[in-house]
Amino acid sequence: MSNLSAQTTVPTTTSTTIVLPVSKAVLWLVGTAVLALLAYYFIGVDQGAYSIFGKDMHIHEFVHDARHFLGFPCH
Amino acid sequence: MERQLILRGLLAGGAGGLVAFVFARIFAEPQIQAAIDYESGRSAAQQTLDKAAGLPVEAAEPDLFSRTLQANVGIGLGMILFGIAMGALFAVAYTICLGRVGKLRPRTLAMLVAVGGFLGIYFVPFLKYPANPPAIGHEETIHDRGNLYLLMVFCSLVLLVGAVALGKRLTPRLGNWNATLLAIAAYVVVIGVLMAVLPSLGQLAANVQEYGRHATETPLPLTDDKGTIVYPGFDADRLYAFRLYSVGAQVLLWGVIGLVFGLLADRLLRPRTATPVASTV
Ligand SMILES: [Zn+2]
Repeated sequence: MSNLSAQTTVPTTTSTTIVLPVSKAVLWLVGTAVLALLAYYFIGVDQGAYSIFGKDMHIHEFVHDARHFLGFPCH
Repeated sequence: MERQLILRGLLAGGAGGLVAFVFARIFAEPQIQAAIDYESGRSAAQQTLDKAAGLPVEAAEPDLFSRTLQANVGIGLGMILFGIAMGALFAVAYTICLGRVGKLRPRTLAMLVAVGGFLGIYFVPFLKYPANPPAIGHEETIHDRGNLYLLMVFCSLVLLVGAVALGKRLTPRLGNWNATLLAIAAYVVVIGVLMAVLPSLGQLAANVQEYGRHATETPLPLTDDKGTIVYPGFDADRLYAFRLYSVGAQVLLWGVIGLVFGLLADRLLRPRTATPVASTV
C-alpha cells in the first residue's frame, strides 16, 4: 500500500500512495479542525475581544495567565 | 489511518502542552505575579491622585478565582488544552501534507509541520503583536486588539500555506533549493508589507486620543498634575523576560509536538514500508 518513510530514491508514484481518499477522511479532518478551533477560541478569545455567553468571565479568569502567556490580547 | 493520526496528534499536543505548562509555572508565573503587583500598585497610586483631585474612586472588583488557583491549575489547564488543540490542528495539517508535499520521511514532515505551526500560529503574529503580561493593555481597545491579533494569525497561516504551494509549484523549474528560497522571500515580503500596513496598538484611535502617539500600550510613568512621577512605567526588563519566556514556551510546545508525533507517526507508518515495495506496484 504505502511507502511513506521512503528514501529519496523511491519514485514519486509510490511515495504518494497514502494521499488519503476524500469523503470519510475529510469528515474526520474537518471535524477535528473545527473542535480545535473552538478550543482555541474559548482559551484565547472568548470573554475578551468577544463573548458568546454574555458578561460571564469565568473561563477568561480561570485560564487568564495562560491566555497572556500564549500571546492573546487578554483584557 | 486519519483517525490514528488524529489520536496521535492529540497525544503529542497534550505532551507539548504539559511541558510548556511546567516551563510556564517556573519561568512565567513570577513575571505574571510581578506584573499584577505592578498593576495593583499603580491603581492604588491612581486612586490616591483621584482622591486628592476630588474625583470619584471606584472600588476594585473581587476576583472570581484566587491567584493561587490561576497560577497553578488555571494556567495548567489553559496550556494543556491549548497544546491538545494545536496537536489536533497539527495532525490535520500533517494528514493533508502526507504524500502531497514531496518525498519526506514521517519524522521530517512532522518537524516541518511543527515549525509551520509555530511560525504561522504564534511567532509571526507575535512579531507584530507580541505577548503582553497583565497590566499592559487598555480595556477600551480589547476588541480592536483582538481583531488585529486574529487577523495576523489568519494571514500568517494563509500566507504560509500559499508559500508552500508556491514553492512546490516552482520546484520543477528552479529546483528544490531555489524554489524554497524564493517561496520564503515571497512570504517575508508579503507579511512584511502587511505588518507595515496594520496599525501598532499604541496608534489605535482610542489610545492616541487618551495617551498621545506611542507604539504600544505599555504603561508610562504615572504623574501628578505638576508632572512629577508618582509611579514608574512598566519595567522594560520584566516585559522582555515575559516575552522571551512566551516564545520559549511555544518553541517547547511545538518542538515536543513535532518530536512526539514524529516518533508515533514513524511507528504507525513504518511497518507498511517493511513489506516489499513490489506490493505497491
Ligand atoms: Zn489579563
